[in-house]
Amino acid sequence: MNLGSALGNMMAQAANTASWWKPMQASSHAVAVDTLFNFIMYLCFFFFVLIVGAMVYFIVKYRRKGSGPERTSPIKGNHTLEIVWSVIPGILLVLIFAWGFKDWLAIAVVPANAMEVRVSGQKWNWTFTYPKDGIVSPDLVVPAGQTVKLVMTSTDVLHSFYIPDYRIKRDVIPGKYTVLWFKPEEEATHQIFCTEYCGAEHSNMLSKVKVMSSAKYEEWIANGGEEAGGAGVPLAEKGKKLWEQRGCVACHSIDGSKKVGPTWKGAFGTARQFADGSSLPAADENYMRESILVPNAKVVAGYPGVMPSYQGQLNDKQIEALIEFMKSLK
Amino acid sequence: MESNRKNVPQGAHAATAGGAEPNYINAHKGIWSWMTTVDHKRLGLMYLVGVLGFFAVGGIFALLVRTQLLGPIFKGASGKQEWLFSGETYNKLFTLHGAVMVFLVIIPSIPASLGNFFLPLMLGAKDVAFPKLNLMSFYVYILGGAFLLFSIFTGAVDTGWTFYTPYSSTTSTSVVSAVLGVFILGFSSILTGVNFIVTIHKMRAPGLTWVRLPLFVWAQYATSLIQVLATPVLAITLMLLAIERTIGVGIFDPKLGGDPVLFQHFFWFYSHPAVYIMILPAFGVISEIITINSRKQIFGYKAIAMSSVAIAVIGFLVWGHHMFTSGQSELAAAVFSFLTFAVAVPTAIKTFSWVATMYGGSLRMNSAMWYAQAFLFLFTIGGLTGLFLGTLSVDIHLHDTYFVVAHFHYVMMGGTMTAFVGALHHWWPKMTGRMLNEFWGKVSCFFVFAGFNIAFFSQFVLGTKGMPRRYANYLPEFQYLHQISTIGSYLLGLGFFITLCYMIQSLINGEKAPPNPWGGRSLEWETDSPPIEHNFHHQPVVTHGPYEFPEIDHSQAPRGGH
Ligand code: HEC
Ligand code: HEM
Ligand SMILES: [Cu+2]
Ligand SMILES: [Cu+2]
Repeated sequence: MNLGSALGNMMAQAANTASWWKPMQASSHAVAVDTLFNFIMYLCFFFFVLIVGAMVYFIVKYRRKGSGPERTSPIKGNHTLEIVWSVIPGILLVLIFAWGFKDWLAIAVVPANAMEVRVSGQKWNWTFTYPKDGIVSPDLVVPAGQTVKLVMTSTDVLHSFYIPDYRIKRDVIPGKYTVLWFKPEEEATHQIFCTEYCGAEHSNMLSKVKVMSSAKYEEWIANGGEEAGGAGVPLAEKGKKLWEQRGCVACHSIDGSKKVGPTWKGAFGTARQFADGSSLPAADENYMRESILVPNAKVVAGYPGVMPSYQGQLNDKQIEALIEFMKSLK
Repeated sequence: MESNRKNVPQGAHAATAGGAEPNYINAHKGIWSWMTTVDHKRLGLMYLVGVLGFFAVGGIFALLVRTQLLGPIFKGASGKQEWLFSGETYNKLFTLHGAVMVFLVIIPSIPASLGNFFLPLMLGAKDVAFPKLNLMSFYVYILGGAFLLFSIFTGAVDTGWTFYTPYSSTTSTSVVSAVLGVFILGFSSILTGVNFIVTIHKMRAPGLTWVRLPLFVWAQYATSLIQVLATPVLAITLMLLAIERTIGVGIFDPKLGGDPVLFQHFFWFYSHPAVYIMILPAFGVISEIITINSRKQIFGYKAIAMSSVAIAVIGFLVWGHHMFTSGQSELAAAVFSFLTFAVAVPTAIKTFSWVATMYGGSLRMNSAMWYAQAFLFLFTIGGLTGLFLGTLSVDIHLHDTYFVVAHFHYVMMGGTMTAFVGALHHWWPKMTGRMLNEFWGKVSCFFVFAGFNIAFFSQFVLGTKGMPRRYANYLPEFQYLHQISTIGSYLLGLGFFITLCYMIQSLINGEKAPPNPWGGRSLEWETDSPPIEHNFHHQPVVTHGPYEFPEIDHSQAPRGGH
């Protein structure tokens, strides 16, 4: 039955729902990968049944029974058989290699008319920058039907950018750019994972691809990277969302508990002691803004100076929202 | 006594069973005699105890990792549910699990314990070529293990067993201690390899030509070649990493002007050949167990022997298949993919040959043979799934997901460890002079086999669905598969626990073993169980191949023949 449904998969166009064992097929590339995956899988079934079938058959047939005299065959080998079982798998393997190479070249070569988005990986979140429009976003928002080229780099350690629904993945490397492309077909939301181990919150380094109609996408751009309807949401609430999405949550609690960095509960408006001995009577907007953009300008006493800079990764609106959120945490 | 012992190899040597001469265990007494021994059999036994101890440690880490994965459901960062361990702790656990299992268990498992014990016996030699070097490599092994485990007390390591830069050059955990441990372990591996190569070349008994060597010896030979040629690269790589961390010379860290991907090339240049260090000895074991229990010649002796060597050589040229997503050039990726498929051919030949060996035999299904059949089943799956990963386009999807985790557990755990445990059952009577309980042997094999498949087949599905590896928690859609996997891992643990129980029982009051309980023809069966201190009463002379069993019916027209 599963075999049947898998076979159905193979014949089908892109399947736009996930099955019990495969992610949805959100691009023509996903269909190509699955077709070859299935082909290899059937070959494997065949050879597995051949090997294990022969093994079980021999065990049943030649198991030593009773205590009669044991006589066994003097066979030591068989050249014809050995050549057959080297050459046939050999040919099949070359076939799989060539097929995989062909499909892979299609991902390796980026089409000409692609829209470019810059991706920055940082412990432990993704930042998407739209160079033409000056937008910075925690999610990858793209219009349906438009080929997208991602130019990726990391600000710290290795990460790897993986979208299962498109069957694509590429390492994100500090000091180097790597490229990935895809063509979203339909409006949908897809999961993004980090698949190169990068530390404590590696498994929370998640994001989404949001494929919109071109009209909605234009609106999103015009809104400066806010989804339609975003206008009515209070600033503090947007700040809370950013706190989660941009990974501040990994180091800053909002319930008073101490993590890597100081809690945000009651942080705004209270006095500060710094590691260099200086102090501040009340933390205000300017101090908070500086802490986000140039964290090491003033390091809070008792904490390590490990906070990364968000210069170029958060725009003014987003910083405002974050500070508004901090203010709301009394 | 002496006069009625004829050392013609055909002799089943029952005459020595009287025990007039002390065996290697009771020839000398006291802890000091063990600590300073240069007897390869005692060293083999000591390695065995070490490997099994580390296996228990690594196994406990594994069960902790799997227990964590029963639970955590990701509910958005704010409502995140933490279950059992934090991300940091989880990362240390899987790192320790991987590093212990790879460097302290699988790599030394068969070569250092059984290889040390049986290689000289199979060659009809008194010892390995350099017995003192052998003692030294044992202490180097213990020292390396101590460093690796010492890192636990200084904050543990959280880099994964692969130590990828620049994470490993920047994390605050005790990378240097762990890396130093692995560095030292490498020397143990190299020294053992050199010792075996010389022993095989120089110390074969009269009449023991290359084509009369048991296939276990051939496999050890190929393994030793890789150990000697590849391990220095790992040592240098880890040294460079330690230098970068301690004195800040930029080699791999881009902040210091280094190249992080270079580390991956260096690392896999060792670690891909290392997977053959892990599996080739298992191939040797399986060749022995299947022939001896089928009472037949091995099918295609030369093909099996030569494919080990072919695998060892081509295995040096495929490391890039671990880096298809790292941005290496298209040409390099294509070449690495092609060569990966080229290694699959000799591997397939071996598998076909083992199955064909059983054809027309008279199969004794003892517990060692049960484990050997489990190996065939599991290794076939492990090897076949390697084809998905060697395929460029498909690997882009599967790389660094649970599919890879499942693949390498099928080959390393299902392959190497199953063969290792099977080999322990096969050679236990020779090593200890006691038989193992056959009934419980089969029960444990059943649990190991069933538990293993439940634990790891589910991971192929997880990986295909897109579940990344090294995740301390996950999205809800992955949970049921993780839970199935965890239940399987408990069954697997139970299977090994049963094995431990009847092994201890056998040592205490197991039935006494005859010199040759399975009717083997290679030289290790011609001495007493357990062997005397100097292995043989007289220099053995070999007049036949290792698999010329008396049951073989030569009146049937012999066919094939190499
Ligand atoms: C890797 C951990 C880490 C992450 C991620 C992180 N921070 Fe910090 N942050 C710190 C540490 C440690 C300090 C205290 C040391 C210092 O002042 O630089 C700090 C201090 C601050 C302060 C000053 C707080 C005070 O009470 O004086 C602000 C504001 C701040 N971070 C904002 C943010 C925002 C906004 C984000 C997310 C966009 C963020 N941080 C992400 C570690 C982190
Ligand atoms: C026909 C045989 C085999 C083929 C074609 C094959 C292929 C591959 C490929 C292509 C990868 C990289 C996958 C990825 O990271 O995306 C891989 C990973 C791996 N393989 Fe195999 N393999 C085979 C047999 C073996 C054997 C015999 C062993 C060891 C006993 C082994 C151990 C491993 C390990 C440990 C990894 C993963 C290492 C890591 O990333 O941590 N493989 N294999
Ligand atoms: Cu990551
Ligand atoms: Cu490999």
